[in-house]
Amino acid sequence: MSLETFIQQLANGVSLGSLYALIAIGYTMVYGILRLINFAHSDIFMVGAYFAFFLITVFHLPWLLSAVLAIALTACVGMAIDRIAYRPVRNAPRISALITAVGVSFFLENLGLVTVGARPKPFERPELMARVVRIGPAAISGVSIWVPILSVGLVAILLYVVYRTRLGMAMRSVATDIDTTRLMGVNVDTVISYTFAIGSALAAAGGIMWACKYPQINPLMGIYPGWKAFTAAVIGGIGNITGAMIGGFLIGLIEIMAVAVFPALSGYRDGIIFGLLLVFLLVRPTGILGETLKEKV
Amino acid sequence: MGKYFYSVCKKHLNTLLTLIFVGFLFLVLRWADTHLDEFTLRIMRTGAVYIVAAVSYDLINGITGQFSLGPNGFMALGGYTVALLMLPLPQKAFVWFLQPQAWPFNSFSFPVTWYFFGLALVLSGVMGALGAFIVGIPSFRLRGDYLAIATFGFGEIIFVLANNLIPLTNGPLGMKGIPELANVYWCFGWAVIATLVVKNIANSSYGRAMKAVRDDEVAAEAMGVNVFRTKMLAFVVSGFFAGVAGGLLVPLITTISPTLFTFTMTFNLLIIIVLGGLGSITGSVITAFGFAIASELLRAVESPMQIGTIRIPGIAGMRMVVFAALLVLLMIFYRQGIFGQSELSWEWILSLPGKVVDKEVAKKWKRDETSS
Amino acid sequence: METGRDIVLELDHLTIKFGGLVAVNDFSLRIEKGELVGLIGPNGAGKTTVFNIVTGQYEPTQGSVLLEGKDITGWRPHLIAAAGIARTFQNVRLFTGLTVLDNVLVSQHLRLKSHFLSAALCLPSYSNEEQRARANAMELLERLELVPYARELAGNLPYGQQRRLEIARALATCPKLLLLDEPAAGMNPEETARLMRFICKIRDEFDLTIFLIEHDMKLVMGICERIRVIDYGISIAEGAPDEIKKDPRVIAAYLGEGGE
Repeated sequence: MSLETFIQQLANGVSLGSLYALIAIGYTMVYGILRLINFAHSDIFMVGAYFAFFLITVFHLPWLLSAVLAIALTACVGMAIDRIAYRPVRNAPRISALITAVGVSFFLENLGLVTVGARPKPFERPELMARVVRIGPAAISGVSIWVPILSVGLVAILLYVVYRTRLGMAMRSVATDIDTTRLMGVNVDTVISYTFAIGSALAAAGGIMWACKYPQINPLMGIYPGWKAFTAAVIGGIGNITGAMIGGFLIGLIEIMAVAVFPALSGYRDGIIFGLLLVFLLVRPTGILGETLKEKV
Repeated sequence: MGKYFYSVCKKHLNTLLTLIFVGFLFLVLRWADTHLDEFTLRIMRTGAVYIVAAVSYDLINGITGQFSLGPNGFMALGGYTVALLMLPLPQKAFVWFLQPQAWPFNSFSFPVTWYFFGLALVLSGVMGALGAFIVGIPSFRLRGDYLAIATFGFGEIIFVLANNLIPLTNGPLGMKGIPELANVYWCFGWAVIATLVVKNIANSSYGRAMKAVRDDEVAAEAMGVNVFRTKMLAFVVSGFFAGVAGGLLVPLITTISPTLFTFTMTFNLLIIIVLGGLGSITGSVITAFGFAIASELLRAVESPMQIGTIRIPGIAGMRMVVFAALLVLLMIFYRQGIFGQSELSWEWILSLPGKVVDKEVAKKWKRDETSS
Repeated sequence: METGRDIVLELDHLTIKFGGLVAVNDFSLRIEKGELVGLIGPNGAGKTTVFNIVTGQYEPTQGSVLLEGKDITGWRPHLIAAAGIARTFQNVRLFTGLTVLDNVLVSQHLRLKSHFLSAALCLPSYSNEEQRARANAMELLERLELVPYARELAGNLPYGQQRRLEIARALATCPKLLLLDEPAAGMNPEETARLMRFICKIRDEFDLTIFLIEHDMKLVMGICERIRVIDYGISIAEGAPDEIKKDPRVIAAYLGEGGE
C-alpha cells in the first residue's frame, strides 16, 4: 500500500470512527443510567439526518442553521421517546424495556419507509465538506478532516457537561445509584430526559455528518452504524464515555484498514466487526476501560 | 403411598390424553389434506411452522428471560441447510448458472424421499443449535444484555454471508425449485414435537432453573443453579427448533433468498410471544397460529387495492408500523399478554365441568403445574 | 478455641478492595460444627461483604475461605452452594414468578442426576426423580409450616412468610452451613421472638451450623453463642454476648446506634 493510500484510508477510518464514537456515546450513556440498550438510538441517528435534509430542501434554510435546528429537533424526539415509551416500563422487568426499545426502533424505521419511501435521497453537503484538502502526497476530502474535528469538539463539550456541571453530577449520580439519588431530592426523571436529549443530539450530529460522508440517506441507514456503534460501546467498556470513544475509533479504523489491506474482504466488513465483538466478549467482556458492573447483593 | 399411586395414575392419564389429542389431530389433518384447498392448507402449514419458531423463541425469551434477537439467523441456517441438501442436482446446475457451486453441494444432494427430508430437518436443527452455541458461549459469560446485541449482529452477519457467499448460497438470487416436501404432517408433526419438548423442559427441574434465572440470577446462583449452563441449554434447544422451523419454511414456499430471514421475521415472532404472554407456551402456540392466519388475511385485504390506486405500497408498509406500535403499546399497557404465564393443561380442561360447582377446586387444579 | 469439634468454616485473613476502598480488612474467623455465630457492626461495616465473599459472589483480594478444610476461595457461587453453604439475602430475593413449592424445588436442582434429554423427553427415570424431589420439597414445606402456601406464587406471600420461605429454600440445598443476612429485618418484636425460636429449631433439626448478620441486638444476644463485631471492615471485638455488651470498643462503635 502506498503512503498516499495509507493516509487516505487512515483519514477515512478516523472520520468513520469518530462517527461511530458519537453514536456509541448515546448508547453508553443510556445504558450506564438505565441498563437499557436503546435500540431506537440508531433510528434517531436516521431521524436527525432527515430533519436536516427537509430543512435544507423543503424550507431552504442555510445549511448550518438547518443542521443546528435538526439537532435540536432530534433531541426533542429523543426526549419524547423516553417520556412516551420508556418511562412507563421503567419499573417493569428488564426484558419489557428491551422489547419496548425494539418496538420503537421498528416503528421509526417503518414509519420512515411509509412516509419518505425506501428510495435513497441525495444529501447536499456544504462546500467546506466537499472541498479536497492535500496532506503530503494524499488528497483527502474535507469530510474526513472536518468530521473528526467536529466530533472531538462535541465530545469535549459533552465531557465538560458530564464532569463540570450540576447536571453532569446528577447524571453520574443516577448512573451509580438511582434510588439513593432519588432520595437525595434529585428529579431522576428529568435527569434521564436530559440524558436522552444529549444522546439524541449527538446521534443527530452523527447522522448529519454521516450524510455528508456518504451523501445518500434512507430510512434504514441507521441499522448498521447503530449496531456497530453499540459494539464499539461494548468494546470500549459499556457505561464509559471515554471507552465508547476509543471503541468507536477502533472499530472505524479496523473496518477501513481491514478492507484496505485485504480488498477481498470488502463484502464481509460487518462480519469482521461481529468477530471482534465475540472475541472481546470472550477475552475481555468488560471492555477496554470497563470495570465489572458490581451488582448489589 | 396412596398419594404416590394417585400421582402415577394422574401422570399416565395425562400421557393418555396427550396421545388421544395427537391421534385426533392426525385425523383432522388427514381430513384437511384431502378436503381443503391449497391456499388454506398453506396457511395452516405456515401457522405450524410459526408454532415451532415461536415456542422455541419463548423458551429463551419468556421462560429463561434472556433477550435473544436471533431466531431469524438460526432459521436462515436451517433453511439453507435444507435447501442445499434437498435441491436436486439438475436444479442446482440450473440455479448456479453464473458461478459454479461450491463443493460438496455441487456433487451431491439427498434423494427426494421423506426419510432423507427428515434427516435434513434434523441437520438443519443441528445447524441452528450450533449457531446458538457459538453465539451463546461469549454472550452468557457476563451478566447483562450482551445476548441481545450479539444475536442481532448474528442475524445481520448471516444476511451478509448469504448475500456474499455466492458459491454456497447463490447470493441475493437464492434458490428456486426446492421440492415441496413440507406437507401438513411434517409441519404439524414438528409443531407437536417442539411444543411437547419445550413444555417438558419448562415443567422439569431444568425449566425451574431457567425460570429462577429469569426471576433472580444472583439468588439462583446462590441456590446452586449453574446459570451459564442453564442459559446455554435453553438457548441451544431454542436454536435447534428455530433451525428446524427454517428448514420447514423453505420447502413450504419452495424458494429461498436472504430476504426471507430478515429481522422482520424475528420481529413477528417477538410480537407473537409477547401477545401470547411471555413464558406461556400455550400463548405462543395459539398466537403463532392466529398470527399466520391474520397476516394472510391482511395480505388478502391489501392485494385487490394494489390493482387500483397508487397509495398501495404505503399501506403495505403501514402494517409493520401498526405492528411496531402494537408491540410498544402491549409492553406499556398489557404486559402480561393474553395468557400471562398460565398454561392450558389437561387438569384445567378436566376441571371445566366442575368449575361451575366448585370454583375453589377449579382454581387449585388450574394452578397445578403437573400439566398436560 | 482448641476444642475437639470440627471446624466447618475457616476464614483466613480475608481482605477485599473495591477500587481504593478496603471494604473488609484482614478478617479471620473459625466456626465450629453446630455453632451459632453472630456478625454485628454498624451500617456499612462490611458484614454483607463478608457473606458475599464466603458464598462466592465476590472474590477476595487476599485471604482464603475453607469449608471443612477444603479451600473454596474464588469458586463460582453455584459450586459453593453444592459444597454445602446456603444463604438468605438482606432484601428478600425470592423467585417471585414461581410457586412456593417451585422455589424450594429450584434448590434441589443441584442434586439432579437425570440427564437433560431425559427431562426434555419426560422419560420414566426423570419422572421418578421428579416425584422424589417433590416429595422431599413437600416434606420440607411441612416442617417449616409452609404447606398451605405451596401453590401460591412466592411474590404474593406476606412478608414474614417470604422470609421463612427464603430460609426453606436455603435449607433445600442441604447445607452444612447456613448464612442468614439480617433475618429479622422488618419484623416486629413478636415476629422476631418467633424467628429466634425458629432459628434454634432448624439448627437442631437440620444439624446445621449457622452464621448470621443481624441489627436486632435482642435476637443476636438471645441466640448467638459467639459474636464478632466489625467496623470499617476491621474486627474490633469477639466474645460471648455478655462480654460484647460490656466491651467499650463495641459501645463506642455503636454510639448513637442504639445498641442495647
